[in-house]
Amino acid sequence: MDIDKIISKPKKGVKGKVKTQDDGLQVVGKSVQRIDGWEKIRGAARYTDDLEFGPGLLYAALVESPRAHARIKSIDTSAAEKLRGVVKVVTGRNFVHKFGLYMNDRYIFATDRVRFVGEQVAAVIATDPKTALRGAELVKAEYEDLPAVMDPVKALEKNAPLVHPDLKNYTHVPWFFPKPGTNIAHWRKIRRGDPARGFKDADLVLEDTYTVPRYAHCAIENHSAIGLYDASGRLTMWTSSQSPFTQRHVFAETLKAFGIAHKDVRVVSTYIGGGFGGKAGVTMEIIAAALAITVPGRPVKLLWTRAQEFRNTYQRLGVTTKIKMGATKDGKITALDFRLYWDAGAYVEYGANVVNAAGLSASGPYRVDNISIDSVCTYTNLPPGGAYRGFGYSEFLFGLESHLTRMAEKLGIDPVEFRKRNAIKEGETLPYGAHMNPTGIQEAIDKAAKEIRWGVREKSGDPRKAIGKSVVCFWKAPAMPPNASSSAFLKFNEDGSVNILVSGMDMGQGLLTVMAQVAGEVLALPVTRIRVETPDTDRNPYEWQTVGSHVTWSCGNAVKRAAMEARERIFDLVQRVHCLDRSTLYLEDECVRCRTKPGFRLPFRDFVINGMQADDHTFKGGPIMGSGLFMPEFTSAISDPETGQGGHPNVHYTTGAAGVILEVDRETGKVKIKKVSLAVDCGKAINPDLVKGQIVGGLLQGFATVLYEDMRYDGKGRLLNPNFSDYKIPTAKDMPDEVVPIIVEVPQPDGPYGARGVGEHTMLPCAPLIANAVADALGVRINSMPVTKEKVALAAGGKNK
Amino acid sequence: MKKHPISFKLNGEKVSIEVEPSDVLVDVLRERLGVKSPKVGCDRGDCGTCTIIMDGRTMRACLALAVEADGAELVTLEGANTSRKWTQKLQKNFHRKNAFQCGFCAPGIILSATELLEKNPKAGKHEIKEAIAGNLCRCTGYEPIVEAIDETAKGK
Repeated sequence: MDIDKIISKPKKGVKGKVKTQDDGLQVVGKSVQRIDGWEKIRGAARYTDDLEFGPGLLYAALVESPRAHARIKSIDTSAAEKLRGVVKVVTGRNFVHKFGLYMNDRYIFATDRVRFVGEQVAAVIATDPKTALRGAELVKAEYEDLPAVMDPVKALEKNAPLVHPDLKNYTHVPWFFPKPGTNIAHWRKIRRGDPARGFKDADLVLEDTYTVPRYAHCAIENHSAIGLYDASGRLTMWTSSQSPFTQRHVFAETLKAFGIAHKDVRVVSTYIGGGFGGKAGVTMEIIAAALAITVPGRPVKLLWTRAQEFRNTYQRLGVTTKIKMGATKDGKITALDFRLYWDAGAYVEYGANVVNAAGLSASGPYRVDNISIDSVCTYTNLPPGGAYRGFGYSEFLFGLESHLTRMAEKLGIDPVEFRKRNAIKEGETLPYGAHMNPTGIQEAIDKAAKEIRWGVREKSGDPRKAIGKSVVCFWKAPAMPPNASSSAFLKFNEDGSVNILVSGMDMGQGLLTVMAQVAGEVLALPVTRIRVETPDTDRNPYEWQTVGSHVTWSCGNAVKRAAMEARERIFDLVQRVHCLDRSTLYLEDECVRCRTKPGFRLPFRDFVINGMQADDHTFKGGPIMGSGLFMPEFTSAISDPETGQGGHPNVHYTTGAAGVILEVDRETGKVKIKKVSLAVDCGKAINPDLVKGQIVGGLLQGFATVLYEDMRYDGKGRLLNPNFSDYKIPTAKDMPDEVVPIIVEVPQPDGPYGARGVGEHTMLPCAPLIANAVADALGVRINSMPVTKEKVALAAGGKNK
Repeated sequence: MKKHPISFKLNGEKVSIEVEPSDVLVDVLRERLGVKSPKVGCDRGDCGTCTIIMDGRTMRACLALAVEADGAELVTLEGANTSRKWTQKLQKNFHRKNAFQCGFCAPGIILSATELLEKNPKAGKHEIKEAIAGNLCRCTGYEPIVEAIDETAKGK
């Protein structure tokens, strides 16, 4: 498909138009080829585990808890210490420090108790990986079982075992509200309007429960980290990370007792083999940092196995959601009472923010004047929950979008029409009281629906199969602290080419290419003349994290400003040396040009490093560079804890809609996706082909969560499927027959060239899309993810009896 | 543990090395011989990132012991980059079609596709999907990969 044809231009009169200076774009908006392409497809790209550290490299293996909740009675390391090749055995006695991103509730090693199966209890450092593993097997830990809790609703019961009895002493960000003496780590409340009145005014009130299990990211590269604490007292960490600066901060804060300051910590992040949120924040990397401290002068490597990847990184939180919605017979939603009980696991230092983000936005992209949301972050004795592409939105959208279709059908209103009537518009009030940004959701709904021939009933050619369709909407805002910022350095080279330093991470989405396009647009340079480097905290400027689909917007603004600063320096210099009015100058084809002197043409390569020669033979200027930073200065996370009103926690929402045509076997329940359309309003597609890549890839990752995947635990908190044989992710044979990506462009006023994020959104609609289309095909409603063929077949069989 | 001397051809060059009987081939390639394009994603043959070509056929280097390579001819992407005609054609189309994102699975998938097209230059989409079904990719949704291989087979 020709990507340029699928872009729909903003219609006249759309609010928030990009300023005229950004029109007539040369580099932005083009599907240029990726600048990291040849490195990756020739096998030259280096990932963390590919780095060489010489013969002095040490290897670490972990001793992990086999119990979900237990007191550690004793740890005997003596046999391991005697093994030849073992250099050090480290336990929680060496590191008693707590850490966390938003809530300091996590330990580097379990100290007095373990809280989930797989939790790190000790580590063995040895001269080779096999010896480290043998050593870990020789460590004898004794446990005394404590009552465990695996279910978020049971964890709220009065006599539930407490996962963190010491909760009252934990420090956390001021916008979290833990309830000491319970398992509630955070409770995000939203109260707006008068829900009781809203339900009274409704002609239909529908109430139901929807459940979503835990999921694993399954980036193909496992987590890895290498630490070196050298003789000068500096700690260098090579990590596979979406968040090198956040890691540096957490390392420095957690290990400050060892005399380490931020300037002494250097985090180097090479290419990463997929992130999806799983490499956000800090997980196993803190262990590698701590281990490095114990073996000064020697690099030590910690490499997760696939099983550890499943057991002991962040997982997507499970959730039980209870929805009560009211609407009038003409299709106006009058009230929503949405309760979300999150299984956040044993440590919620990152996962609590997932709960917070979902709580703020669980209305979905709809105007609901009377709303009550309770998003409750609950400790359980399962592995820690955390960021996963979608950050809570996929989870609540399953129930919400399922519920909307059911409401529409009961009201006798077309489900697409029902959504269109209630879809939020620019300027309308959000659940927390701030106002909605420009949005192309109506256009997205129309286009996604049209593509799947919505309203046309279709029959399968095979009588054993039924065709179902559905259209659902989605939205998501970046979940970030109000002061999350990005910055960029840009420097010219002798030949007029440019290097850009940012700490946004290219985890596959194409950030490096997009940053080159943003700078290239300002400086009239093709991306082939620009190199953008992956982060090194010593060298590259600050970036909060590459999460929340916010870096194109945030880091893009920083890069644009850096490029504009460099351009201003060029204009200053030309004005000074050539006595030309700067307002007449412009850049074109790697040269400075002048509107009033058509023959004037100064190639970058002639002056960007060595300056410009003046008439008196002296040189003016010098190396041209630029720096830029961006922080959204209008946000605030502080609001009334009882109502959630008063703050401005989210910067903006990206909205969209998706449609599906599927065929389902009446007997086996097997679903085949015939066609899927996804329209997303990314403000401005800086590289349309990369946006298309996000749509196609995100959809399959989303469909996997609803059709195949889920993490299965036994009653003792043990994960039963920690590998790709038992936790099946899609292969090439599972692709939908046809995917139609649709780009809508209603500009984001504060985005670079109008852009806003698009990475996570493409996964969001998948679960309700399938559940609603299966219901459309067979008349059976599945309220629990995943919507497997077993569930469909059993429900359909039961219905036929 | 007793070490075994083994010899094989790696990307056209003869290699002689001593290994332990339990050494896994992918570890020897990566850690001893510095060949980094085969990756380790699962260590049990599920993900396909360690795909290499042994004696003309793709195989999982995480499922083979190093001693099994004795006398064999091994090709990794480092070698195929210059020695395999189909690899180069595929790479052009992978680049053009954005048939990769994080890039971690790319070496394995390109070798699987190379083997397919060497054996069946007219492979259609069904054969392509079969050929790469053992290589997991979490980023792309496979569509651009299948298209890049398909267009290569069609002579683009």
